[in-house]
Amino acid sequence: MNQHIKASGDTADPTHARTEASQDVVRLVDLKRRFGVTAALDGISLTVRKGEILGIIGRSGAGKSTLIRCLNGLERPDSGEVFIEGREISRLGERDLQPLRRRIGMIFQHFNLLSAKTVEDNVALPLKIEGRPKAERLARAAELLDLVGLSEKARAYPASLSGGQKQRVGIARALAARPALLLSDEATSALDPETTRSILALLRDINRQLGLTILLITHEMEVIRSIADRVAVIDAGRIVEQGPVWSVFADPRSDITRSLLGAIRPQLPAELAARLLPAAGAQTILRVDVAGEAASGPLLSDLAVAVPGSFRLVHGGIDHIQQQPVGTLFLSVPGSDANHLADIIAFLKARQARVEVLGHVANPV
Amino acid sequence: MSPILFELLLRSIWETVLMTAASGLISLVFGLPLGLALIATERGGIAESLWVNRALGAVINGFRSVPFIILLVALIPVTRLIVGTSIGTWAAIVPLSIAATPYYARIAEVSLREVDRGLIEAARAMGGNRWTIIREVLVPEALPGIVAGFTVTLVTLIGASAMAGAIGAGGLGDLAIRYGYQRFETSVMVAVVIVLIILVCGIQWVGDRLVARLDRRG
Repeated sequence: MNQHIKASGDTADPTHARTEASQDVVRLVDLKRRFGVTAALDGISLTVRKGEILGIIGRSGAGKSTLIRCLNGLERPDSGEVFIEGREISRLGERDLQPLRRRIGMIFQHFNLLSAKTVEDNVALPLKIEGRPKAERLARAAELLDLVGLSEKARAYPASLSGGQKQRVGIARALAARPALLLSDEATSALDPETTRSILALLRDINRQLGLTILLITHEMEVIRSIADRVAVIDAGRIVEQGPVWSVFADPRSDITRSLLGAIRPQLPAELAARLLPAAGAQTILRVDVAGEAASGPLLSDLAVAVPGSFRLVHGGIDHIQQQPVGTLFLSVPGSDANHLADIIAFLKARQARVEVLGHVANPV
Repeated sequence: MSPILFELLLRSIWETVLMTAASGLISLVFGLPLGLALIATERGGIAESLWVNRALGAVINGFRSVPFIILLVALIPVTRLIVGTSIGTWAAIVPLSIAATPYYARIAEVSLREVDRGLIEAARAMGGNRWTIIREVLVPEALPGIVAGFTVTLVTLIGASAMAGAIGAGGLGDLAIRYGYQRFETSVMVAVVIVLIILVCGIQWVGDRLVARLDRRG
């Protein structure tokens, strides 16, 4: 059950591409862009399917911003193709891009609201650009402000709003022209954790209610975890890993992904990690990663029954991502009997768990 | 102060106000678009054209580096071409405008440059064209600075108009030199200074109030 697609420049399996090409809102083919000597994009290929939320994660400078800007022509690739709803746009002139951009909403890290306009005028601006009559613009703005829960702020100016409220206005504005795709450029990076959760919940609702396709870039795995359906990990302008979020979380293949996951996956307590020795000791510490079926069954009690002898759970737990259980357990096994340890590892591996011997300690507590 | 001198003072006030207002208005009408052109054509601007940018910059710097009193005389042929005469209040408005326009263009440029590039990007992402960006983003967002800069320009023009006496334009500066200084009419000198202080303070006050009302940046 390998859900990962390795970074070789090819898209999802070709049968999908052929049969559901019309369902792809975005398709990127071998996108390249250099700034001087650095390659911001070094052969990016990916698709975003209709109605899904694709999260692109990477460290700063990985090429995320350049990538998202290629999708609405704010940035031009040196080579490669950008298909939006089946139409290649990377060679279009500014004038041809303008109607296309109205099909694509965008929200920003720093909100980018116009300080001289009221909240409702900010929300209505995309419609003004489209040349809609004023009554229609204001009606639509009222409708959207209701959707994002800011009706009473219609006449306020952005300076009087909190960060979370500003981003809600940004979202309402991005939706004004009924886009087919929403681009989110680090939309929650300037917000505190609680506000981040409420903004992500709003984006999730919009995705479900309106069936809106969302492509978001972020450097926070927490964002990916809470709303994305699929994730692509980008590093030095290349996609190093992509797949359903739960599967990438359960089985990260690249060092970058592992390090980005670092903060939100269970870690061996630092105090214990400091005492780890490479040489055999009284106790052996195992890291056990489980996902899907393996994580949903009574793994530990089965282990206790199947392999007589003791072991101890020192840290860890089971988390749920996209309704899939994904977990990391740290077990301490007495090191005196090598066969006992081997039996435990064999049992766990038979249950599709990934097991790693981290080291040995004199005392696990 | 004799009634005749008082009447002269009133006329001089009117001449100064006329010169300042007319050349201020002209510098606004031409200087703001020039400032926009400077911003639009610079590297990364909405109508990038470095060649045009450098040419505009050179012309503006050229006019700004000539002392006003020299510009006043050097522009006499141009003034005659436009107004029909090279003497009087209306004739002074031409060199005043020509000096104030590049000055105001630079001030407007500074305000416009302070507009967050993210806002321009947002307008582009919405499908806006250059005109949209100018009308909906650049000018409204820079408006407080544009107005504050216009206030500064008007005050500078009041000062510059004092030199316009050199081509017979009259005005408060001319009155102060001819009566207050050359004829030792201290009362005229004092009156002119007081009127100038009131004028400058009044313009600054109105400008500041307007900026405060326009500024929504919180």
